[in-house]
Amino acid sequence: MNCKELVDFLMNYLDGELPAPVREEFESHLRLCPPCMVFLEQYRQTVRLGKSCKEGGKCTQQVPEDLVQAILKARSMQPKA
Amino acid sequence: MSVAECRSLGDTDRDTLYLVTQAPVQVPTPDYPDDVSLVTRMQAGDAAALEQVVREFGGRMLAVARRFLPDENDAMDAVQDGFLSACKSINRFEGGSRLETWLHRIVVNAALMKLRSRRRSKERKIDDLLPSNDTHTPYGEVSPWRSSERGGLDEIRAAEMRRIVQEKIDELPDAYRTVIVLRDIEGLDTSETARLLGDTENAIKTRLHRARLALRTLLDPYMRGESGNE
Repeated sequence: MNCKELVDFLMNYLDGELPAPVREEFESHLRLCPPCMVFLEQYRQTVRLGKSCKEGGKCTQQVPEDLVQAILKARSMQPKA
Repeated sequence: MSVAECRSLGDTDRDTLYLVTQAPVQVPTPDYPDDVSLVTRMQAGDAAALEQVVREFGGRMLAVARRFLPDENDAMDAVQDGFLSACKSINRFEGGSRLETWLHRIVVNAALMKLRSRRRSKERKIDDLLPSNDTHTPYGEVSPWRSSERGGLDEIRAAEMRRIVQEKIDELPDAYRTVIVLRDIEGLDTSETARLLGDTENAIKTRLHRARLALRTLLDPYMRGESGNE
Protein backbone atom coordinates (compact mmCIF):
# COMPACT_ATOMS: atom_id res chain seq x y z
CA MET A 1 0.00 0.00 0.00
CA ASN A 2 1.37 3.43 -0.89
CA CYS A 3 0.65 6.78 0.78
CA LYS A 4 -2.13 7.74 -1.64
CA GLU A 5 -3.96 4.47 -1.10
CA LEU A 6 -3.63 4.93 2.63
CA VAL A 7 -5.31 8.33 2.40
CA ASP A 8 -8.12 6.77 0.36
CA PHE A 9 -8.70 4.20 3.09
CA LEU A 10 -8.55 6.56 6.09
CA MET A 11 -12.26 6.84 6.74
CA ASN A 12 -12.94 3.15 6.32
CA TYR A 13 -10.02 2.39 8.65
CA LEU A 14 -11.32 4.69 11.39
CA ASP A 15 -14.84 3.30 10.96
CA GLY A 16 -13.47 -0.24 11.36
CA GLU A 17 -14.69 -1.17 7.90
CA LEU A 18 -11.46 -2.41 6.31
CA PRO A 19 -11.20 -6.14 5.65
CA ALA A 20 -8.51 -7.72 7.84
CA PRO A 21 -5.85 -8.15 5.12
CA VAL A 22 -6.22 -4.52 3.99
CA ARG A 23 -6.15 -3.31 7.58
CA GLU A 24 -2.89 -5.20 8.15
CA GLU A 25 -1.34 -3.59 5.08
CA PHE A 26 -2.64 -0.20 6.22
CA GLU A 27 -1.10 -0.61 9.66
CA SER A 28 2.23 -1.88 8.42
CA HIS A 29 2.47 1.16 6.12
CA LEU A 30 1.74 3.39 9.10
CA ARG A 31 4.54 1.79 11.12
CA LEU A 32 7.04 2.63 8.36
CA CYS A 33 5.74 6.08 7.38
CA PRO A 34 5.72 8.74 10.13
CA PRO A 35 4.15 11.43 7.85
CA CYS A 36 1.15 9.17 7.22
CA MET A 37 0.88 8.56 10.95
CA VAL A 38 0.74 12.35 11.50
CA PHE A 39 -1.77 12.69 8.66
CA LEU A 40 -4.00 10.01 10.18
CA GLU A 41 -3.98 11.86 13.50
CA GLN A 42 -4.83 15.15 11.76
CA TYR A 43 -7.72 13.52 9.92
CA ARG A 44 -8.99 12.12 13.21
CA GLN A 45 -8.65 15.55 14.82
CA THR A 46 -10.49 17.18 11.89
CA VAL A 47 -13.46 14.88 12.43
CA ARG A 48 -13.42 15.65 16.15
CA LEU A 49 -13.23 19.40 15.55
CA GLY A 50 -16.10 19.23 13.04
CA LYS A 51 -18.26 17.37 15.53
CA SER A 52 -17.44 19.92 18.24
CA CYS A 53 -19.36 22.57 16.24
CA LYS A 54 -22.54 20.91 17.44
CA GLU A 55 -21.75 22.01 20.99
CA GLY A 56 -21.91 25.70 20.09
CA GLY A 57 -25.42 25.23 18.73
CA LYS A 58 -26.63 23.70 21.96
CA CYS A 59 -26.17 26.94 23.85
CA THR A 60 -29.30 28.95 24.24
CA GLN A 61 -29.29 31.46 21.46
CA GLN A 62 -31.50 34.47 21.20
CA VAL A 63 -33.75 34.44 18.18
CA PRO A 64 -33.72 37.82 16.38
CA GLU A 65 -36.89 39.79 17.09
CA ASP A 66 -37.45 40.58 13.41
CA LEU A 67 -37.47 36.86 12.66
CA VAL A 68 -40.06 36.23 15.37
CA GLN A 69 -42.26 38.97 14.02
CA ALA A 70 -41.80 37.83 10.43
CA ILE A 71 -42.89 34.30 11.29
CA LEU A 72 -45.92 35.49 13.27
CA LYS A 73 -46.98 37.85 10.49
CA ALA A 74 -46.49 35.24 7.77
CA ARG A 75 -48.46 32.73 9.82
CA SER A 76 -51.34 35.14 10.24
CA MET A 77 -51.54 35.38 6.45
CA GLN A 78 -51.29 31.62 5.93
CA PRO A 79 -54.41 29.44 5.49
CA LYS A 80 -55.11 27.55 8.72
CA ALA A 81 -54.07 23.89 8.91
CA MET B 1 -36.86 38.46 -0.66
CA SER B 2 -35.95 38.98 2.97
CA VAL B 3 -37.55 37.61 6.09
CA ALA B 4 -38.63 41.09 7.02
CA GLU B 5 -40.81 41.11 3.95
CA CYS B 6 -42.51 38.00 5.20
CA ARG B 7 -42.03 36.05 2.01
CA SER B 8 -44.80 33.55 1.37
CA LEU B 9 -43.77 30.05 0.47
CA GLY B 10 -44.22 29.01 -3.13
CA ASP B 11 -46.59 26.10 -3.80
CA THR B 12 -43.78 23.70 -4.63
CA ASP B 13 -41.87 24.53 -1.46
CA ARG B 14 -44.98 24.16 0.64
CA ASP B 15 -45.86 20.82 -0.88
CA THR B 16 -42.36 19.45 -0.43
CA LEU B 17 -42.06 20.58 3.15
CA TYR B 18 -45.55 19.26 3.79
CA LEU B 19 -44.40 15.81 2.68
CA VAL B 20 -41.38 16.01 4.95
CA THR B 21 -43.62 16.27 7.96
CA GLN B 22 -45.59 13.15 7.07
CA ALA B 23 -43.21 10.78 8.86
CA PRO B 24 -44.94 8.17 11.04
CA VAL B 25 -45.75 9.54 14.46
CA GLN B 26 -46.78 7.98 17.73
CA VAL B 27 -49.42 8.68 20.30
CA PRO B 28 -48.52 11.53 22.73
CA THR B 29 -46.66 10.29 25.74
CA PRO B 30 -46.29 11.90 29.15
CA ASP B 31 -42.52 11.94 28.52
CA TYR B 32 -42.73 15.43 27.09
CA PRO B 33 -45.55 17.13 29.04
CA ASP B 34 -44.42 20.64 28.14
CA ASP B 35 -44.45 19.74 24.47
CA VAL B 36 -47.93 18.22 24.70
CA SER B 37 -49.37 21.39 26.16
CA LEU B 38 -47.68 23.60 23.55
CA VAL B 39 -48.66 21.36 20.67
CA THR B 40 -52.27 21.18 21.84
CA ARG B 41 -52.44 24.96 21.95
CA MET B 42 -50.84 25.26 18.52
CA GLN B 43 -53.27 22.75 17.10
CA ALA B 44 -56.07 24.93 18.45
CA GLY B 45 -54.60 27.88 16.54
CA ASP B 46 -53.28 29.72 19.60
CA ALA B 47 -50.94 32.40 18.18
CA ALA B 48 -49.33 32.91 21.59
CA ALA B 49 -48.28 29.25 21.59
CA LEU B 50 -46.58 29.69 18.23
CA GLU B 51 -44.77 32.74 19.54
CA GLN B 52 -43.63 30.77 22.58
CA VAL B 53 -42.33 27.96 20.35
CA VAL B 54 -40.51 30.39 18.07
CA ARG B 55 -38.92 32.17 21.02
CA GLU B 56 -37.94 28.93 22.72
CA PHE B 57 -36.55 27.03 19.74
CA GLY B 58 -35.97 29.71 17.10
CA GLY B 59 -32.42 30.52 18.18
CA ARG B 60 -31.30 26.92 18.06
CA MET B 61 -33.08 26.37 14.75
CA LEU B 62 -31.31 29.41 13.34
CA ALA B 63 -27.97 27.95 14.47
CA VAL B 64 -28.84 24.75 12.59
CA ALA B 65 -29.84 26.63 9.43
CA ARG B 66 -26.65 28.74 9.52
CA ARG B 67 -24.54 25.59 9.24
CA PHE B 68 -26.08 24.88 5.86
CA LEU B 69 -26.57 28.46 4.75
CA PRO B 70 -23.72 30.79 5.70
CA ASP B 71 -25.71 33.76 4.38
CA GLU B 72 -27.73 35.10 7.32
CA ASN B 73 -30.77 36.08 5.25
CA ASP B 74 -30.92 32.64 3.66
CA ALA B 75 -30.68 31.01 7.08
CA MET B 76 -33.48 33.19 8.45
CA ASP B 77 -35.66 32.45 5.43
CA ALA B 78 -35.14 28.72 5.98
CA VAL B 79 -36.14 29.01 9.64
CA GLN B 80 -39.25 30.97 8.67
CA ASP B 81 -40.15 28.38 6.03
CA GLY B 82 -39.61 25.62 8.57
CA PHE B 83 -41.84 27.16 11.24
CA LEU B 84 -44.61 27.89 8.72
CA SER B 85 -44.43 24.32 7.49
CA ALA B 86 -44.57 23.07 11.07
CA CYS B 87 -47.70 25.17 11.68
CA LYS B 88 -49.32 23.67 8.64
CA SER B 89 -48.57 20.14 9.77
CA ILE B 90 -49.02 20.54 13.51
CA ASN B 91 -52.24 18.51 13.53
CA ARG B 92 -50.26 15.50 12.46
CA PHE B 93 -47.69 15.85 15.25
CA GLU B 94 -48.65 13.26 17.84
CA GLY B 95 -45.70 13.35 20.19
CA GLY B 96 -43.55 10.42 19.04
CA SER B 97 -40.52 12.64 19.44
CA ARG B 98 -39.74 15.87 21.18
CA LEU B 99 -41.22 18.93 19.50
CA GLU B 100 -37.68 20.30 19.13
CA THR B 101 -36.54 17.14 17.33
CA TRP B 102 -39.50 17.38 14.96
CA LEU B 103 -38.82 21.07 14.31
CA HIS B 104 -35.13 20.36 13.81
CA ARG B 105 -35.91 17.87 11.07
CA ILE B 106 -38.25 20.30 9.33
CA VAL B 107 -35.72 23.13 9.50
CA VAL B 108 -32.94 20.90 8.12
CA ASN B 109 -35.18 20.09 5.17
CA ALA B 110 -36.12 23.73 4.69
CA ALA B 111 -32.41 24.65 4.72
CA LEU B 112 -31.60 21.98 2.15
CA MET B 113 -34.41 23.23 -0.08
CA LYS B 114 -33.17 26.78 0.25
CA LEU B 115 -29.68 25.63 -0.63
CA ARG B 116 -30.94 23.96 -3.80
CA SER B 117 -33.00 26.94 -4.87
CA ARG B 118 -30.57 29.80 -4.31
CA ARG B 119 -28.26 31.07 -6.98
CA ARG B 120 -24.83 29.58 -6.52
CA SER B 121 -21.96 31.89 -5.86
CA LYS B 122 -18.53 31.05 -7.16
CA GLU B 123 -17.19 28.16 -5.12
CA ARG B 124 -13.74 26.79 -4.51
CA LYS B 125 -13.00 23.59 -6.36
CA ILE B 126 -12.79 20.62 -4.04
CA ASP B 127 -9.81 19.23 -5.96
CA ASP B 128 -7.78 22.27 -4.95
CA LEU B 129 -8.27 21.29 -1.31
CA LEU B 130 -7.39 17.61 -1.58
CA PRO B 131 -3.97 16.02 -1.13
CA SER B 132 -2.28 15.48 -4.47
CA ASN B 133 0.58 13.32 -5.62
CA ASP B 134 2.61 16.07 -7.20
CA THR B 135 2.77 18.32 -4.15
CA HIS B 136 4.29 15.50 -2.14
CA THR B 137 1.69 16.14 0.53
CA PRO B 138 0.88 14.32 2.72
CA TYR B 139 3.77 12.12 1.75
CA GLY B 140 6.66 13.73 3.49
CA GLU B 141 5.90 17.29 4.44
CA VAL B 142 3.25 16.95 7.11
CA SER B 143 3.80 19.30 10.01
CA PRO B 144 2.27 18.25 13.30
CA TRP B 145 -0.65 20.26 14.65
CA ARG B 146 -0.82 21.79 18.05
CA SER B 147 -3.22 20.02 20.31
CA SER B 148 -6.92 20.82 20.29
CA GLU B 149 -7.87 18.17 22.80
CA ARG B 150 -10.87 19.19 24.86
CA GLY B 151 -9.00 18.89 28.14
CA GLY B 152 -6.32 21.25 26.85
CA LEU B 153 -8.58 24.17 26.02
CA ASP B 154 -10.50 26.47 28.30
CA GLU B 155 -14.06 27.34 27.31
CA ILE B 156 -13.12 30.59 25.61
CA ARG B 157 -10.47 28.96 23.44
CA ALA B 158 -12.76 26.03 22.73
CA ALA B 159 -15.46 28.45 21.54
CA GLU B 160 -12.91 30.29 19.40
CA MET B 161 -11.79 26.98 17.93
CA ARG B 162 -15.40 26.09 17.07
CA ARG B 163 -15.84 29.47 15.41
CA ILE B 164 -12.80 28.91 13.23
CA VAL B 165 -13.83 25.36 12.33
CA GLN B 166 -17.32 26.57 11.39
CA GLU B 167 -15.77 29.32 9.29
CA LYS B 168 -13.68 26.74 7.43
CA ILE B 169 -16.68 24.45 6.97
CA ASP B 170 -18.50 27.43 5.44
CA GLU B 171 -15.71 27.67 2.86
CA LEU B 172 -16.36 24.17 1.55
CA PRO B 173 -18.35 23.83 -1.68
CA ASP B 174 -22.08 23.37 -0.97
CA ALA B 175 -22.22 19.67 -1.81
CA TYR B 176 -19.38 18.89 0.59
CA ARG B 177 -20.42 21.27 3.36
CA THR B 178 -23.91 19.74 3.36
CA VAL B 179 -22.61 16.23 3.84
CA ILE B 180 -20.17 17.12 6.61
CA VAL B 181 -22.88 19.10 8.42
CA LEU B 182 -25.46 16.32 8.16
CA ARG B 183 -23.08 13.51 9.12
CA ASP B 184 -20.55 15.00 11.52
CA ILE B 185 -22.52 17.84 13.12
CA GLU B 186 -26.20 16.93 12.92
CA GLY B 187 -25.33 13.28 13.56
CA LEU B 188 -27.43 11.69 10.81
CA ASP B 189 -26.32 8.27 9.61
CA THR B 190 -25.19 7.56 6.07
CA SER B 191 -28.50 6.05 5.07
CA GLU B 192 -30.62 9.01 6.20
CA THR B 193 -28.17 11.48 4.68
CA ALA B 194 -28.37 9.61 1.37
CA ARG B 195 -32.15 9.67 1.50
CA LEU B 196 -32.31 13.39 2.27
CA LEU B 197 -29.88 14.28 -0.50
CA GLY B 198 -31.25 11.79 -3.01
CA ASP B 199 -27.92 10.06 -3.43
CA THR B 200 -26.43 6.61 -2.88
CA GLU B 201 -24.77 5.66 0.39
CA ASN B 202 -21.47 5.05 -1.40
CA ALA B 203 -21.59 8.51 -2.94
CA ILE B 204 -22.26 10.03 0.48
CA LYS B 205 -19.32 8.15 2.02
CA THR B 206 -16.98 9.28 -0.72
CA ARG B 207 -18.14 12.89 -0.44
CA LEU B 208 -17.82 12.87 3.35
CA HIS B 209 -14.25 11.59 3.12
CA ARG B 210 -13.34 14.25 0.58
CA ALA B 211 -15.06 16.94 2.67
CA ARG B 212 -13.03 15.92 5.73
CA LEU B 213 -9.79 15.93 3.73
CA ALA B 214 -10.63 19.38 2.39
CA LEU B 215 -11.48 20.64 5.87
CA ARG B 216 -8.14 19.30 7.11
CA THR B 217 -6.40 21.31 4.40
CA LEU B 218 -8.30 24.48 5.36
CA LEU B 219 -7.53 24.01 9.05
CA ASP B 220 -3.88 23.18 8.48
CA PRO B 221 -2.42 26.73 8.59
CA TYR B 222 -4.35 27.56 11.76
CA MET B 223 -3.54 24.28 13.45
CA ARG B 224 0.15 24.70 12.69
CA GLY B 225 -0.08 28.13 14.29
CA GLU B 226 0.69 30.04 11.11
CA SER B 227 -2.52 32.00 10.78
CA GLY B 228 -1.93 34.54 13.50
CA ASN B 229 -4.99 33.35 15.36
CA GLU B 230 -3.20 31.87 18.31
